[in-house]
Amino acid sequence: MKRETLFAIPSLYRDDLRVTGFRFGAGEKAACIVGALRGNEIQQMYVASQLVRILNELEAADKLVPGKEILVVPSVNHFSMNIGKRFWSLDNTDINRMFPGYLQGETTQRIAAKLFETISGYAYGLQFASFYMPGDFLPHVKMMDLGYQSPELGKAFGLPYVLVRTPRPYDTTTLNYNWQVWEAKAFSVYTNATDQIDERSARESVEAVLRFLEHEGILRSTGSGAGEHSLIVPESSLVAVHSPAAGVYRRFYHPGDRIRAGQPLCEILHPLEGTVLERVASPVSGRVFFAHHSPLVKERGVVYKIITAE
Amino acid sequence: MIEQVVKVNLPVDEEMRVQKMRLAPSKPTDGMRRICVVTGTHGDELEGQYVCYELQRRLRAHPEFLNGVVDIYPALNPLGVDSITRGVPGFDLDMNRIFPGNEDGAMAEYAAARITQDILGSDLCIDVHASNIFLREIPQVRISETTAKTLLPYAWKLNCDFIWVHASATVLESTLAHTLNARGVPTLVVEMGVGMRITRQYGDQLLAGIFNVMRDLGVWTGDVPEVRQPIVSTDGKVHFINAEALGMFVPRVTHWDNVRRHEIIGELINPLTGEGVAVKSPCDGLLFTLREYPLVYEGSLIARVLSREEANA
Repeated sequence: MKRETLFAIPSLYRDDLRVTGFRFGAGEKAACIVGALRGNEIQQMYVASQLVRILNELEAADKLVPGKEILVVPSVNHFSMNIGKRFWSLDNTDINRMFPGYLQGETTQRIAAKLFETISGYAYGLQFASFYMPGDFLPHVKMMDLGYQSPELGKAFGLPYVLVRTPRPYDTTTLNYNWQVWEAKAFSVYTNATDQIDERSARESVEAVLRFLEHEGILRSTGSGAGEHSLIVPESSLVAVHSPAAGVYRRFYHPGDRIRAGQPLCEILHPLEGTVLERVASPVSGRVFFAHHSPLVKERGVVYKIITAE
Repeated sequence: MIEQVVKVNLPVDEEMRVQKMRLAPSKPTDGMRRICVVTGTHGDELEGQYVCYELQRRLRAHPEFLNGVVDIYPALNPLGVDSITRGVPGFDLDMNRIFPGNEDGAMAEYAAARITQDILGSDLCIDVHASNIFLREIPQVRISETTAKTLLPYAWKLNCDFIWVHASATVLESTLAHTLNARGVPTLVVEMGVGMRITRQYGDQLLAGIFNVMRDLGVWTGDVPEVRQPIVSTDGKVHFINAEALGMFVPRVTHWDNVRRHEIIGELINPLTGEGVAVKSPCDGLLFTLREYPLVYEGSLIARVLSREEANA
């Protein structure tokens, strides 16, 4: 393992922001794995750090396929992490909306450009990503459908689902999208936590990445097993269940639970009087993919997403 | 009268409401035209607040000249305006990146969809933005090159100093302006001033332009002042000055000033070490954007200069 500072951003009164990479093996640029791009992606940094630990052990045990290089970047925006912010500490911009970046541009454009310059050219680009809605997910791998790569490849992670997203305009400046445009096979790996550490989900994600790297001939004999039989699901086919009322949210089911049409999924309570305002029934039978976890919910808020394609 | 465009209940005893003020003649006529003035998509941009107020005040002072419908939307993102939050509180995405929204979506996307629907059918929309808290801008109209042919005739009349015709970008396809332009409502984006502040002078300047455009559309029949002729430019003639060092930026020039090539426009100072670095203009021209918030990192935008060659064109 070679640890190196990929680039550093100086600050007037704070320490430098040092973006650190860990290289394993040498040769063709096989795979790059990026952890936290945002300041609250503690789980994503943790998963990447565990991957660094295990890859170091695998390298010592001669389990890296010769002639292949893996680069892991566990955290990019720990400047914000250290002060409890999600986005860039000064101007609140999101590094993951700045790709491919611009070396002559604003600070976060430059960070994105410096990072992208370092992590481009790898055959596979994997990102531990977080979602913009507060809730718990089934671990899954997501790819954007740009027509460059087959969703079938996502099955090699052995996670229950490969979610295929049709990109919207605001996706075009994300790392995942730009990796694909620059000819990497790109996947985002979602664990079911962001600002808390979920050990079980972290282990699943690490195993999924090891399994993928072994399947693609970059690692050998990782012992990560076959994983689950993955189902390819268009993101647009998930059934969103909205809260018909606002108030205190009482959840009945968790990601992975199987539910039937008509079954109550949650209750919305009057926030001041404590009475039940609404009991939300599932419109379909299927498996819970996403469940809102904040104790409060707005009217129309998405409280569940259900997979019916099983 | 005040009309509700969208309403969503918040968790604890509060409604999020996007509202508009509709002003119309007491005796409506067939074929009356409608203009929309919208602002407050970004909660930290307040320059449009004065425009909304003053527009109403002047219209009410002379109802006899009102010959069309004027819809005024002062806060498309009311929770953001009230909490000095640029985006929608609790929602990661910039509200101006989710249009046309989604009728079946959660609060922000639903609001975007309802706002879009409410504006559709109008004859013109003016979307007033300020800069953010970091930069000060002269009043300017920004239009993408794909809509320039349609929008330039309106932009000329808006009494702004500068029209910036910029390149199209996929990410901008989810703005309110793109959405409305694509659906047949000519929509002009005005940028002026600085975040979290109101500059009366800029507001009055834009108001003269709004009345001028309204007169052109037949919505207003009263007198209008003569408007200034803007400079029209494309991306290629705008020079960006980004900080190549970190520090506190202390300007030496004033905003909307003529600057010479290699003229020092300010210094980046380090109060800890006592060192300073001069920041120079890359060309002769007009400085139309100037850093307002002093702290900069490498890359932070300090100024934009429109090269003189273009300014004179």
